[in-house]
Amino acid sequence: MDYFSNFIYMRSEVSLLGVILFLLLYDIIAGNKGMRYFQPVAIFLFAVHTALNLFPYEAGESFGGMYQYEPIMTVVKTILNIATLLIFLQAKHLFDGDAQKNKRGEYYFLTLTTLLGMYFMISSGHFMLFYIGLEMASIPLATLVAFDKKDKKSAEAGAKFILSSAFSSGIMLFGISYLYGTAGTLYFSDMASLITSNPLQIMAFVFFISGLFFKISLVPFHLWTADVYEGAPTNVTSYFSVVSKSSAVFVLMTLLFKVFGNLVTEWHNILFWIIILTITVGNLFALRQRNIKRFLAFSSISQAGYIALGVISGSSLGMSTVLYYILVYVFSNLAAFGVISAIENRTGKLSIDDYKGLYQTNPKLSFVMMLAMFSLAGIAPFAGFVSKFFIFYAAAQQDLYILVLIAAVNVIISLYYYLRVVKAMFIDKNDHPIQTLATDSWNKASLIICSAGIISAGLLNIIIDTITKYSFGM
Amino acid sequence: MGEFLINAGGPIPMIGFQIVSLIMFFAGIYGFFTRRNLIMILISVELILNAVDINFAVFNRYLYPDQMEGLFFALFGIAIAACETAVAIAIIINVYRNFGNADVDNIKHLKG
Repeated sequence: MDYFSNFIYMRSEVSLLGVILFLLLYDIIAGNKGMRYFQPVAIFLFAVHTALNLFPYEAGESFGGMYQYEPIMTVVKTILNIATLLIFLQAKHLFDGDAQKNKRGEYYFLTLTTLLGMYFMISSGHFMLFYIGLEMASIPLATLVAFDKKDKKSAEAGAKFILSSAFSSGIMLFGISYLYGTAGTLYFSDMASLITSNPLQIMAFVFFISGLFFKISLVPFHLWTADVYEGAPTNVTSYFSVVSKSSAVFVLMTLLFKVFGNLVTEWHNILFWIIILTITVGNLFALRQRNIKRFLAFSSISQAGYIALGVISGSSLGMSTVLYYILVYVFSNLAAFGVISAIENRTGKLSIDDYKGLYQTNPKLSFVMMLAMFSLAGIAPFAGFVSKFFIFYAAAQQDLYILVLIAAVNVIISLYYYLRVVKAMFIDKNDHPIQTLATDSWNKASLIICSAGIISAGLLNIIIDTITKYSFGM
Repeated sequence: MGEFLINAGGPIPMIGFQIVSLIMFFAGIYGFFTRRNLIMILISVELILNAVDINFAVFNRYLYPDQMEGLFFALFGIAIAACETAVAIAIIINVYRNFGNADVDNIKHLKG
């Protein structure tokens, strides 16, 4: 195999890199006049990239096994692409002010660079490529969190994120170093058989896995989440809660299945307690939040617990339900964040109390928000119900009845706080509700796509069938 | 430990490096939780990353001398740690500009 044919399997990375480089040149060359078209061009190019990489091809590896490709990865990357595209559609208002105008390009390169990092992380076949991908995803994310230079909250959240992220990757690297010391290799495929349950390896595994749990913000490692979600610009928060989280979940799943298959009893125990903690603590803290971004941060923590419930089942069914759950979660969460950013952009209001009486003035926005809340809570006709049902089904098949019971009780608790937002919008009286807002057409498009996804993703068989076709288990 | 001291004239045994890297690692963790200044916290994180680099180099040299995987990982680790530090320093400078100091106790706008 000559050098260039290595890149055949990396075509999604190469095309994304092409988009990034083109936008970089465009930003440098285009003057003030050309920059007006920057967002449409960026969205168009990224949509073309998404369409080009829609179809899976045969599995393979390049660069001596450093990079591995499997058809399921196309499915994951497509889900990430759809989420990023929706976030770009919602990002227009970020650049409305004059001060922000010359920062327009940076938002897109940084976001796309983190996406490229996640691509590498997802397809890695070696711990080094995995680590590089992870850092490539988290370092630009820190700059995105601190994007608003004049805003105290944004700066504080950026500092908190970069320091805790570096700390967690240090812990993870420490684990990797002992895995290397005991196994003598860093290739995923070679390491799988060299992992025996000796105590040093179990310790190394625990250090390693804590670093990944940090990225997914499962409970003992969730302390950064609420602060960073609140301080970051709303678009970056939505990127955090869907794209960054779902890529880390997929990597966790492939690593547990493929590399740490021999340690299955250990990680079963670890995940068992972490899932119980995550779902419960996330729910209980969400109950007492007044700020809607903090509220969605804790809601996303407990959603991550449900996703991990699909991971622990360890079967091919588990993998397909996790990916399906993530897709539905992308639509519902981005619908909620689209409404929040539309309101924050015009009025600056972020408290749940401000949403009282929203239905009288903005019936369409409150309808989309209601759909999102119903779907996140898992109310029957919407996609959120179907995806939760599948996750519980996959876990129940592995006889994890206690976990399913606890998760089901928590779904009922979560109804309280999701419906509190709906009640505020539709029932509560308010003398000074938010005035009628004009949403820009890009954001409108994204909200329409999200609502269509929430309503149809639960009904269309083709989605879950496609995902199931490519999933694999332990 | 006794063997370690007697052997002082010969090559250093692997356990010696392990002790150094472990001390660095836990000093870093301790510093991360107790220091109040953002720059000091960053230095603690760097201690952790450097402990890991020592680990990789030592495991490679002593246990698997016929391959280079660990040394390369250490090299890449150093490069990525440098990137991380650069971004962290930039953000800390921004914090300093906004708050007037870089002390954790004063930076508490976010809570709920």
